[in-house]
Amino acid sequence: MKKNANSTGSNKISTFVLAAIYVTLILSIVAIVVALGAFSEGSVEVTIYLLAIGFIALGLSGYYLFQSRKHVANLKIENPQILTAIECAKCNEKVSREFKRGDFVFKEMEKCPKCESMGRIVAIYREVKEKEKPLKV
Amino acid sequence: MLNVLAQPSILANQFLGSGDVIVQILSLLSYLFIFVFIFYGQRIQMYVMIREVESSLFKLKIMKEEGRKTAIETIKEIGKPTTDPSVKVDRYLEYFTIAPQSMDPAGIVYKLDHILDVRDERMKDEVKFMAPASDEVQVYNLENTLEAAMALNFIYKVVRHYYLQGKKTLSLYTIMQLQMILPLVMKEAEAYSSALKAFAYGQPIGDGAGPLIAAKLMHGQPLRKVPKDCVVATVQFEGRTALVLKAEGPGGNVGKPGDAVKTLIEENKGKIAAVIMIDAGLKLEGEALGEIAEGIGAAIGGPGVDQFKIEEAVVAEKIPLYAVIIKEDIGDAVSMMRKEISDAADKAIERVRDVVKERTKEGDQIIIVGVGNTIGIGQ
Repeated sequence: MKKNANSTGSNKISTFVLAAIYVTLILSIVAIVVALGAFSEGSVEVTIYLLAIGFIALGLSGYYLFQSRKHVANLKIENPQILTAIECAKCNEKVSREFKRGDFVFKEMEKCPKCESMGRIVAIYREVKEKEKPLKV
Repeated sequence: MLNVLAQPSILANQFLGSGDVIVQILSLLSYLFIFVFIFYGQRIQMYVMIREVESSLFKLKIMKEEGRKTAIETIKEIGKPTTDPSVKVDRYLEYFTIAPQSMDPAGIVYKLDHILDVRDERMKDEVKFMAPASDEVQVYNLENTLEAAMALNFIYKVVRHYYLQGKKTLSLYTIMQLQMILPLVMKEAEAYSSALKAFAYGQPIGDGAGPLIAAKLMHGQPLRKVPKDCVVATVQFEGRTALVLKAEGPGGNVGKPGDAVKTLIEENKGKIAAVIMIDAGLKLEGEALGEIAEGIGAAIGGPGVDQFKIEEAVVAEKIPLYAVIIKEDIGDAVSMMRKEISDAADKAIERVRDVVKERTKEGDQIIIVGVGNTIGIGQ
């Protein structure tokens, strides 16, 4: 597997891109500070231009920084909760518990807490909360 | 504070001068932008696409490494090997299968069947060799885990190939094609990635909807094995005699329903009134998960060998072939079974009941086949 380790060179946000983002961030702050100075001098036109440039650059660099963090956060692989549903063959009492290795559907197993007779696994599933809203089309 | 602020404003006045100069600079910048976008627009677009592909490739790399890690950890935990299985796992991940030559397609199904049998046997032997302490069910589950890791490895390598080729040749169209299919590729890779844990722990997957329904029908009845890796039970169903068939569980196994159906038809020559196949079917976007649909034909996926054999067997005896499918997308089919699919099993049984009542007569003998991977599902 080592042979693939350095194959892409894209395993993080490029240093050059990060440097450019930080330089833009600093310059945007400088532009805003200069705009405030220009305002105190009474040059309204210069203030407006500098403020516009400053805020646009600040917004863009902030957005890219946020995106790069989101990109890293998205890489986590989720482990959903798996439930095992057990039904008593005699009294039909149903209980659910977390999945254990070795469980399988129709396995005869632990005693029913109600009537003490043997229960069996009737389902193993995961429940997913839908993130997307269904389209009404 | 005002003095500090005044200094930069003096600089600004010196450099930026009056409003006219700023307007000139801004118009110059606009021309520059137009010029750059006319001559370098496509290249900029390509770099944006390359960045997108790069970030997906990074994600695929993590998934692939996670797959390898899960496979190795599971082999160590279950198989208790005496040596480190990493080298063998790496070798396994690189295995390939060469499809038979199709210039003269006559007899290709049996050639493909033979190649798949040899592959299956070889893979199982490798797993037994890697994990000597594992039982038969665990061997099946480990094989499935390794298959998922293998799929992730393959997807990663193919995407990397086109990415590097596009970058090397600076071909917009190579990168563009890759970028366009990436959402689908990522969806499949994510599905395999979540399937890894299911296979490693022996949890049922969405593709097991067919075997789950067959298991519900045959549970508690005497079973017998039929070739290959399948079990059959004779069940009284709505006044008909149903031969309910599924792959033998609870190990990760799809069996060979083609051979099994052929055997049952030959054993009951001229007596079978209908064959009903139940399988997970791909849903279209917008359709509900776990929706049941009914149709005609052999509901079975895979390389086509089993479908061919079933069709061949039913055509020879002129037996009608019906299909009931439980709709799900590719992600749900290879990952842990969702509650909606598990709940759909009872609705599917009702649909099978309707088909049987409508299409056959009391006293008839029928075959009901639950098609799919029976991992985590007994009988």
